Amino acid sequence: MTDSSEPASTPKRTPLYAAHQSLGAKIIDFGGWAMPLQYTGILDEHRAVRGAVGIFDVSHMGEVGFHGPRAAEAVQRCITNDVGKLSDGKALYTTVCYPDGGIVDDCIVYREAADRYLIVVNASNTNKDFSWFDEHAGSTCDVRNVSDVFGLLAVQGPRAVELLAGLCPLPLSSVAGFHFLDTEIAGIGVRAARTGYTGEDGFELFVAAGQTEALWNAILAAGQSVGIKPIGLGARDTLRLEAKLSLYGNDIDADHSPLEAGLGWVVKGKGYIGEDALAAQAAAGVTRKLVGFVMKDRAIARHGYNILGADGAPIGVVTSGTVGPTVGLNIGLGYVPAAIATPGTRLVIDCRGKQAAAEVVQGPFYKRPRPQPAAGKAS
Amino acid sequence: MSADYPNELRYTKDHEWARTEGNTVTIGITKFAVDQLGDITQVELPPEGESLQRESVFGSVESVKAVSDLFAPVSGKVLKVNSPLRDSPEYINEDCYDEGWMVQVEVKDLSELDKLMSVTEYVAYLKEQEGA
Repeated sequence: MTDSSEPASTPKRTPLYAAHQSLGAKIIDFGGWAMPLQYTGILDEHRAVRGAVGIFDVSHMGEVGFHGPRAAEAVQRCITNDVGKLSDGKALYTTVCYPDGGIVDDCIVYREAADRYLIVVNASNTNKDFSWFDEHAGSTCDVRNVSDVFGLLAVQGPRAVELLAGLCPLPLSSVAGFHFLDTEIAGIGVRAARTGYTGEDGFELFVAAGQTEALWNAILAAGQSVGIKPIGLGARDTLRLEAKLSLYGNDIDADHSPLEAGLGWVVKGKGYIGEDALAAQAAAGVTRKLVGFVMKDRAIARHGYNILGADGAPIGVVTSGTVGPTVGLNIGLGYVPAAIATPGTRLVIDCRGKQAAAEVVQGPFYKRPRPQPAAGKAS
Repeated sequence: MSADYPNELRYTKDHEWARTEGNTVTIGITKFAVDQLGDITQVELPPEGESLQRESVFGSVESVKAVSDLFAPVSGKVLKVNSPLRDSPEYINEDCYDEGWMVQVEVKDLSELDKLMSVTEYVAYLKEQEGA
């Protein structure tokens, strides 16, 4: 059940490692980082985020700064989305591609100023991405790995904004989605970005590494009254999958393009690496697509399971699969031939030798309810 | 330790337990297995009447994070299946030695039980695994 082979190297620790231990977290090695898998349990934590608010340590994520008069040009060379959509205080989701259109990583680009951008990348890709950025943009502007400078917390859930707004001198609720501002939470300097990876409203908070634990403790303490819980990577995965958000290394990778992954909406830039390949693929049409599916039989499809054709031969592969605790269905993502990517199509998935039926569905499995309009003032 | 691993049970290296009453053996998974799996969401068990082979797969248990095969501690015919687990697999998380039992089998060869670990041996085995 457990493979206790010798780890290649000691996993790195975030500034919250001791805090996770004292909260009784089960710690795992994730992409070279010792991270909390769960505290009380994945289902319990998942429900806390959907129903109230959860706080996540995502300090393992990497940060790369692009500084200099030609920073915008340098960023654009590296990302498929259009850097021109950004203004100061705005953020942008994007992919980074190889010349053949395969994905180096997916990330969020923050514009701090016309000559200062910050790119947040996946933890396990930090070194690869930094080398890639440095190689392709390092002669255009200053490219700097600043991952160790920051701690990063995500506070997500229907009560997240009210909780943080109560600790902040600025009106956080007026920060629009994919915008950010520099302010204080509980007297600690943060950059508060209205972004997340759960399908819920909330913020991601950049903080000086040395103040991460103070910020974590302050938010946890203030959040008790609204039912805050610390959330591990296990629930982070079920939450993001219900919201149909891709995970690098599972759903997207060097062997698939953003067009195949359903991320054509972030392929909007000009003059970036991979543009020719993606233009050719767009013109020819993709042959395979990443689709969402729900299981029709009692089974959970897992990463790597084969999707079978009528003759029983593999025609595709599952990239992510789990229980969807909020949607009450077993859900997943996988690549299938474009011809059968239409919603409503029946799929057969080889679940450990058992052929299990699934159905292609459109859009996110979970969409958060729209905020209730304020109750009418009866008089 | 004895609270987590009852003295009267026998244990396998794959973290199943076996409780013997006459020639009937009840089978489940241990606290260690449950902790490794986390929230259990699905269990596949054999039908009544099926013959289990010692050390062969007789079912699977699936959590939010992972799926794991179940290995029969002894050979024998399935007399009873804990069918409420189908709809309430969380019984295994809540009480893996009682409500979370999985199958009851009729064993032919009671000496197979001697090949399983005692609680002392199992606890030592777990320590060894953790230290490895």
